Amino acid sequence: MATDGGTPSVRARLKGLLASLEPNYPWAVGETLVRTFLFLAAAFAILVTLAIALDLFVEAASFFSIVSPLEFYTGTRWSPDIARAFGVLPLIAGTLIIAGGACLIGLPLGLGAAIYLREYAPTRVRETVKPILEILAGIPTVVFGFFGLLAISPVLQDWFQADFFNGLTAIIVIGIMIVPLVSSLSEDALTAVPVDLRDGALALGATRFEGMSRVVVPGAFSGIVASFLLAFSRAVGETMVVLIIAGQNVNLQLNPLHSLQTMASFIARRATGDVSASDPALFGSLFAVGFTLFLMTLTLNVFSDRLRARFREVYE
Amino acid sequence: MKEVVFVGLFIVSIAISLATLGILLGSIVVTALPYLRPAVLFNFPSFRSPDHAGYAAAIVGTLWVVGLTLLFSLPLGIAAGVYLEEYAPRNRITRFLQAGVSNLAGVPSVVFGLLGLAVFVRAFGLGTTVLAASLTLTILVFPYVVITAQEAVRAVPRSIREGALALGSTKWQAIRRQVLPAGAPGLLTASILAASRAMGETAPLIVISSIVQMQFLPYGPDSPFSVLPVQIFAYISLPGTAYQGVASAGIVILLALLLSFNFVAIVIRNRLQRRRW
Repeated sequence: MATDGGTPSVRARLKGLLASLEPNYPWAVGETLVRTFLFLAAAFAILVTLAIALDLFVEAASFFSIVSPLEFYTGTRWSPDIARAFGVLPLIAGTLIIAGGACLIGLPLGLGAAIYLREYAPTRVRETVKPILEILAGIPTVVFGFFGLLAISPVLQDWFQADFFNGLTAIIVIGIMIVPLVSSLSEDALTAVPVDLRDGALALGATRFEGMSRVVVPGAFSGIVASFLLAFSRAVGETMVVLIIAGQNVNLQLNPLHSLQTMASFIARRATGDVSASDPALFGSLFAVGFTLFLMTLTLNVFSDRLRARFREVYE
Repeated sequence: MKEVVFVGLFIVSIAISLATLGILLGSIVVTALPYLRPAVLFNFPSFRSPDHAGYAAAIVGTLWVVGLTLLFSLPLGIAAGVYLEEYAPRNRITRFLQAGVSNLAGVPSVVFGLLGLAVFVRAFGLGTTVLAASLTLTILVFPYVVITAQEAVRAVPRSIREGALALGSTKWQAIRRQVLPAGAPGLLTASILAASRAMGETAPLIVISSIVQMQFLPYGPDSPFSVLPVQIFAYISLPGTAYQGVASAGIVILLALLLSFNFVAIVIRNRLQRRRW
């Protein structure tokens, strides 16, 4: 069949496909069944992602028939229940400020921790610190939110005249929350750089710091950027911390010492159950915001994956 | 010189994380101390009197919801992990599936709540019940199970698989009888991870309306539910500091649950690991 040297015809391909589905042995039927079932399980993730996208889109679309997308995406007042104002910019601004600020804290801390653990830490320190970071990563976000309320917000109120509900507390808390994520992903990226590169630098007379900063970190660059994007995406989606400490501001304001609201915190705040079809505009607004949030994080994650894949290619 | 400064900064990074953990646990335990009595475990929620407030309904609800979530998500997730690691050919479809799994892992948890609200609560007509909550959490937890299961299966030495095949087993027989038992420690890790996440999730369950005033214990998949993190959040949201102690006590309960669960599972895992080779 392959002797003609060209690609097989459609007919030949179809024949081959049917032939491969026919069992050669009696037990191959069971094997195929198992394989199909397992494949469906794996495909479940894709199905669900599509379902989420579709569902959000449908509800958001029906919302956009009531409120115009232009008003939604350019309005600067967000008060869907009281004032019927549907400008989502305050939420987007709040999300970016809190997530961006959190990253300003968490990314350097995480990368620093990763570099230290990778290059400088004695084994015993590594073995103590890594489990602690894992514990930090496993603590539920409600707990972090409460911690912010209890310990950090009062300090900010005293020293910086912040409001009771302010964005800076959320920034600090979320920043620390993402440190374990950045640290472990960056460490993976640093580990993936072949040891020979670093050793070569050291052999040529570099100090450990020079070897790290000029050879390993640049070599792990796309992996590190991928981890940054993932951490940013995580900060964007963080709900409970913001819900507990950042307040319910409805106007577009950029000062983190006052209250800020993010897309995720709005959804959790307003969707507390008794919101139903009784108020279609409010209900729809939840989905419109959810849809926007979903698109944002999906884009970040896809970019992060692409970067990581490209990085892996280069070193494998 | 520059090196010393930077290394110092790196150490500070780690110190900050460790210090935060310490201060967090310390301040919460201190606030919780006056309220750590049996009443907090056995009472129903009360918003009128902090001394009478408890978490009974929430604890039972958490056990129900997490239990069902594990029941649904573990088989599904492990199946998917086994497929991706053992059966999937190296083609574009497989890459697509793998990307789908990791994208799902990155979706914010509130969005899962919205999905659960629209699909399970309304479209499927399940209402705000334990079942709807479990299904929502299953979807949330699924990608983590898949990824961890994949790692577990990947860690099994090839010789195990190839030995079974060489002795005449089919692929599925080799997997079911050799690879999966060999990978059991890792699969147990996947279960721990799933359970821990499910126990701590708050936002999606708020959206599906976990009830915070529940005066009876959840009785089954079709019962309205109340979960621990959301109950804690309800107490936190009350104005004033009267309920902070109750909230802290709830957090202590939650952390104790998480810790004991992880601990038991790690002990079992270590035992399994020692038995193998």
